[in-house]
Amino acid sequence: MSEQAIEFIQQLINGLSLGAIYALIALGYTMVFGVLRFINFAHGDVFMLGAFSGFYVGPRVLLFFGNKPGYGAAAVVLLVSMLICAVLGVIIEKLCYKPLRERPKITVLITAIGVSLFLESFGQYIFGANPQAFPTLIEDVAIDLPQSWGNFTALTVTTGQVIVLGTTLALMLILTVIVLKTKIGMAMRALAYNPTACALMGVNNNFVISFTFGLGSALAGAAGILTSIQQPSIDPLMGILPGLKAFVAAVLGGIGNLGGAVLGGIILGIVETLVVGYVSPTYRDAVAFAVLILILLLRPAGLLGKNVREKV
Amino acid sequence: MRLSILLTGILTLTANFAARAQNEIPVGEFASLTGGSASFGQSSHKGTQLAVDEINAAGGVLGKKLRLIAEDDQSLAGQPATIMRKLISQDKVVAVLGEVASSKSLEAAPICQENKVPMISPASTNPKVTEVGDFIFRICFIDPFQGTVMSKFALSNGYKKVAVLTDVKQDYAVGLAEFFTKHFTANGGTITKEQKYSTGDKDFKGQLTSIKAGKPDAIFVPGYYGEVALIARQAKQLGIKVPLLGGDGWVGDSLLKVAGNALDGSFFSSHFSAEDKSPATQEFVKKYQAKYSAVPDDMAALGYDSAMILAEAIKRAGGTDGAKLRDAIAATKSFKGITGVITIDEKRNASKSAVIMTIENGAMKFLDTVAP
Repeated sequence: MSEQAIEFIQQLINGLSLGAIYALIALGYTMVFGVLRFINFAHGDVFMLGAFSGFYVGPRVLLFFGNKPGYGAAAVVLLVSMLICAVLGVIIEKLCYKPLRERPKITVLITAIGVSLFLESFGQYIFGANPQAFPTLIEDVAIDLPQSWGNFTALTVTTGQVIVLGTTLALMLILTVIVLKTKIGMAMRALAYNPTACALMGVNNNFVISFTFGLGSALAGAAGILTSIQQPSIDPLMGILPGLKAFVAAVLGGIGNLGGAVLGGIILGIVETLVVGYVSPTYRDAVAFAVLILILLLRPAGLLGKNVREKV
Repeated sequence: MRLSILLTGILTLTANFAARAQNEIPVGEFASLTGGSASFGQSSHKGTQLAVDEINAAGGVLGKKLRLIAEDDQSLAGQPATIMRKLISQDKVVAVLGEVASSKSLEAAPICQENKVPMISPASTNPKVTEVGDFIFRICFIDPFQGTVMSKFALSNGYKKVAVLTDVKQDYAVGLAEFFTKHFTANGGTITKEQKYSTGDKDFKGQLTSIKAGKPDAIFVPGYYGEVALIARQAKQLGIKVPLLGGDGWVGDSLLKVAGNALDGSFFSSHFSAEDKSPATQEFVKKYQAKYSAVPDDMAALGYDSAMILAEAIKRAGGTDGAKLRDAIAATKSFKGITGVITIDEKRNASKSAVIMTIENGAMKFLDTVAP
C-alpha cells in the first residue's frame, strides 16, 4: 500500500467523521421541511446550544462519575443535552413559528433568520463572546490499530471519530425505527404528504409538528456534543457555518428526504476534507457553497429527491 | 427671567464640562476585549489600566489626570477603523494605545496618521505597522527579529527540517512565517511543507496529515492561541511526536486550557516572563496580582509599558499638542520598562530581547533570553 493510498484513506476517514456531523444536523433541516415546508434557519444555533448545554451540564455529571472522563459520563451528558435541545426546539416552534402558520412562507423564513440572530446574540450575552474550553467527557486519543492490519497501522483513527460514527449510526437507526415503525412516525410521514387529510383523519397536527421539531433539535444537540468532544473550543457563533453546510447537505441529498440528508452530509464531509487536503485549506468553506450552486443548477431536487409537481 | 435662569444653567454646565475637560487628558485604547483573541485585549487592557490608575494616583501627568477610553473591537476586522474614527472625532483623544494584533493595528494606523494622532502599539510585531507613517510607534520588537529567534533556536537544537503551518488571515502570522523561513533556509535548514489555515478554523487534520507525511523535525506554527491549541491537540491525535514552535501569538489564557498536555515539549518566543527575577518585574507581578488575582502575561506587561511611555512622553513634551507629543515619543531613550529597556529607533520600533518559553506539564516555563 503506497503512502499516497494511506493518506487518501486517512482523508476519507476524517471526511466521514465530519460528514456524520453534517448528516445529524441535516436530518433536522430535512424533517422540518418535510413536515412544514420551510427551512428552519435557526437550526444551526440549536447545534450551538447543544454544545453549551454540554458545557454547563458536563462538569456536574463528571462530578457524579468521580471526575473521571468515561463513556458513562459522555452518554449521560449526550442524553441530557439532547433533551434540553428538544425542549428548546419545541419552545422555539410554539413561540415563533406556530403563530405564523397561516402566513406566506417568506414570513416564516425571515422569522427563522431572526430567531437565528437572536440566539447568536443572546448566546454572546449569556455565555460570553470568548471561546470556552469544553469539558473532557472522553479522552479523544488515537487508537492503536492491531499489528495484523499491516500497512494500515499508519492510519490514525481517534476514539472521538469512532464515537461520532458509532453514535450517529445508532441515532439514525433509532430515527428510522421511529419514522417507519411507530404511530407518531406514520403521522409525521402522513403530515408531510398532506396536512389537511391528516387533520381529517384525526391526527393532532400541532403535536406531530412539535414532536418533529423536538426530534430534529435533539439530533442537532447530539451533533453539538459530538463536535465538542473532538474540537473542545466552543463559542456562541459556532453554529453558523455548520448550520449552513448542513443545509447544503440536506439540499444535496434532496430536501425532505431523510436518506438524502444522510447521504448529502457524508458526501459533503468527504468532499470538503479532500479539497482541504489536496487542493487548498483556504477553500474549505467555499466547497459547500460551490456544491450548493452545482446541485441547484444540475439537479435541483437533490440526489435522492423527486421532482414533485404541485397539483392545484 | 426664565431665559436668564436657563442661560445660567447652561453656562454652569458648560463650565463644568470645560473644567472637567481641562483637568483630564483623554487617551484612547482599542483592544479585542471579546471574541477569538479576547485574551490579548483583556490582558493588554488590564496592564494599561493598571498603569493609568498608578499614574493618576500619583497626581496624573502635568497636573491632569489621564482618562482612559477603552473600546472593544471584538477581534473582528473592520471594527478598529470605526473605533478609531470615534475616538478621534468624538472623544478627541490626544493619543491612542493599541492594538496587539498586527492586522488590527494596520487597519487603524492610517486613520491615526491622517489625523495626526500618535498611536503606540504595545505588541504588534509586523514591520508594516510603523511603516504607515511617522505618528505610528511600537514598543516591542518586530518580526524580522522574532523570526530569526525561533529559526536560530530550531537550528541550534538540531531541527534541520521544519514544516510551516500559517494562518493566512493574519498579517502577523504571514510575516513571521516569511521571516522565519528566510533565515532558516539561508542557514542550512529545509522547509519540508508549507500548509495554511484561516483564523476561526477548527479542523486541521488535513493539513497535519500532509505535514506528517513530510517527516519534519519540528512544526512552526506562528498563529494565534485559539487555533494553535486545537492544532496541538489534533497533531497529538495523528501521532505527530515532534515539537511545535511558535511566536508571541501563542500567549493566551485558553491556550493551555484547550490544549491540555498536547503542547508539552513545544517552544515559543515572546516578550516577557513573570518568572524573571528582577525586582522591577516581581514588583509589577505583585501589583498586577493584587489588582486582578492573576499572573500577568506579555500583553499585560506591554500594555503597562505603553501607557507609562505615553505618560512620560507627555511630560517631556510639556503638553498634548499632536506634533510635539509625536516628537517626544520618538525621542524615548532608555526607558526602563517592565519588558526591557526601551529606546524608540528612527523607524519608530523598539530593539528588545525576546524570551524563549517552553511548555512542561501543561504550564509555561521560561527557558532563555535572546538579545537582538
